[in-house]
Amino acid sequence: MDTCIKKIRELAADLLDKGEVERVIGFAKGTIPMATSPIAIGSKQEIEKLVFNSTCGLNLANFARNLKGKTAIIAKGCDSRNIVTHIVENQIKRDQIYIIGVPCTGMVDKFKIASRFKDEITQFEEAGDTLTVSSLSETKELKKQDYLRENCSLCTHRNPVLYDVLAAELVEEQVLENPFPDVDRIEALDPDAKWQHFSDLTKNCIRCYACRNACPLCYCPTCFVDEAGPQWVGKGQNKTDVDTFHFLRAYHCAGRCTDCGACVEACPMGINVRDFTRKLNKDALELFGWEAGLDITKRPPLDTYSPDDPNDFIK
Amino acid sequence: MKFITIDKKDWTQGIDKSRKTYQLFGPVTDENGCKIKELDADVAPDMDYHESVMSAKSVLFPQSETILTTSLNEAVDDHHIMKRAENTYTPRAILGIRPYDAKAILLVKLNFDTDDYRDPYWCDAYEATTLVGLGITKPGPFDFSTSVGCGPFCEEGLDILLADLDDHYLAKVLTPKGEAYAAACGFDAAADDKESQALFDILQLEAEKNITSRVETDKLKDKVLLDLHEAPFWDDIAFACINCGTCTYVCPTCWCFDIQDEVKQKQSSRFRNWDTCMSPLFTRHATGHNPRGAKVQRVRQRFMHKLKYFLDKYDQGIMCVGCGRCVKSCPVNIDIRQVAHTMNTFEKKD
Repeated sequence: MDTCIKKIRELAADLLDKGEVERVIGFAKGTIPMATSPIAIGSKQEIEKLVFNSTCGLNLANFARNLKGKTAIIAKGCDSRNIVTHIVENQIKRDQIYIIGVPCTGMVDKFKIASRFKDEITQFEEAGDTLTVSSLSETKELKKQDYLRENCSLCTHRNPVLYDVLAAELVEEQVLENPFPDVDRIEALDPDAKWQHFSDLTKNCIRCYACRNACPLCYCPTCFVDEAGPQWVGKGQNKTDVDTFHFLRAYHCAGRCTDCGACVEACPMGINVRDFTRKLNKDALELFGWEAGLDITKRPPLDTYSPDDPNDFIK
Repeated sequence: MKFITIDKKDWTQGIDKSRKTYQLFGPVTDENGCKIKELDADVAPDMDYHESVMSAKSVLFPQSETILTTSLNEAVDDHHIMKRAENTYTPRAILGIRPYDAKAILLVKLNFDTDDYRDPYWCDAYEATTLVGLGITKPGPFDFSTSVGCGPFCEEGLDILLADLDDHYLAKVLTPKGEAYAAACGFDAAADDKESQALFDILQLEAEKNITSRVETDKLKDKVLLDLHEAPFWDDIAFACINCGTCTYVCPTCWCFDIQDEVKQKQSSRFRNWDTCMSPLFTRHATGHNPRGAKVQRVRQRFMHKLKYFLDKYDQGIMCVGCGRCVKSCPVNIDIRQVAHTMNTFEKKD
């Protein structure tokens, strides 16, 4: 996957050169190990700034709203699904955006990698499936497959679902016997244990809203937690208010979430924010046969009515 | 100033003894990483931690803090009259605080304790607090404290500085508050002053040598404020920003807060919460007008405040102690070291 950067740069340079797009949104090399930074490139001279590797865990669709002029964007499978969602939800128009699709083999879990070391990571290199990671005191070779983010290890849409050009050959999609083992584990708990699980999940939340702000679905002009007249939710660290934020945000994402993992990627506290949305994704699949962001002609199940709805209650 | 040797075998017993008179705070590690928080009676501070995601600022400046309360019950005398909340300021100690976090408290003090204004909540908490620092023998890759007037064994703001020497701590007692805390723990094995200081000097030198991350800030003072403000680089810096509050919340020197009122039955309380200049709400007026409505204005504000306004106002360096937390935690890797470099080297084109 790291080799596709040559092609990405080539395609991006060509688009800018020919004036087909005004900018290319992609990832730039980070200033620290295991970090990359979203960037907009406006000229061919800056093209070397673009990188692509297994630490590009944010979702670039989040940077593709309110576009002025045609924009090219680097899109992994999940980014492309959120671009589809943006188009369906009228956040962008298909012809405003030129999608450079990148078939993806998964992003790495930085917390998991860091947890293997006694001290801080000072270097991160990848070649194929091998990650070479150093801290101040040691160097380890790790298999990328063992350190994938959970959402990536459960991903069945690694290839972009919508694109204008591909930067690499399509990859084989994973076929999973059970795409929701994590949800099953929580569903199996009794109600008290279930409540405890979600309660523990938020105990270290600092309400920085990095999860919300990294999420391409969270584009409301004013989020319900920021609304001041009337004020829906208390703003302090009261547990009820903290939980309310997470629970309601998850429901706002029902039937729209692509499980891109940007929320988890962004959280400075290492909270598995996906635990809030995963059950809703499972429900969407089981009740409506729906996975978000696969088709620009279909509206999400919760904002549409169909006469052949399988449920009786609405008829 | 004097030096004490503390055998690690006596450490837990000693600090437990101090719990009679001190409320203890310190590094606690759980599945989400390390944070500085209040130590429950059966919890000892994790003195082997490398870094804590959150700084120690919350001990003096909690993320949510009730400041005033009143009753809305008209049958009660003084109903609807706001009075200071009954917070207690019994002695407390922060164990294992990093030197940069202690220095940060001094920078925050410049704001909360001035000739014109004294924030009673912060100041009372400050006076009640003893800071027992832990020198950093192995600075992390994000530590640039030596570039900003601090360092792994910086004593500024501390009452005691501990050096970890495998089986024991060597403690440099710096203030009367520090003496009182050592006495409360029963730590009294005096060490030779000269030898101990020499040891501290070596440790400091060794640790400082291992800091590879540097930032130049020397030219910021002479830059024209409006030149920096109008500089062309802010759009590029701000592009990636998602306007979350991570950088400001993990920062030990960010002190901004918001005030909220809440009513529960007949009891009303006014409390303050950490606020973040990254949020559009931070500056939104009641009219709906927002003087910092655009992301780029907010990003610029944060860096201008830390690296220019603060410097110009207090002439005590920049508002940053080089802990590197924001560098590490920023979801989009906006790096204050890079921004400082960009500002420091900026020359206005005529």
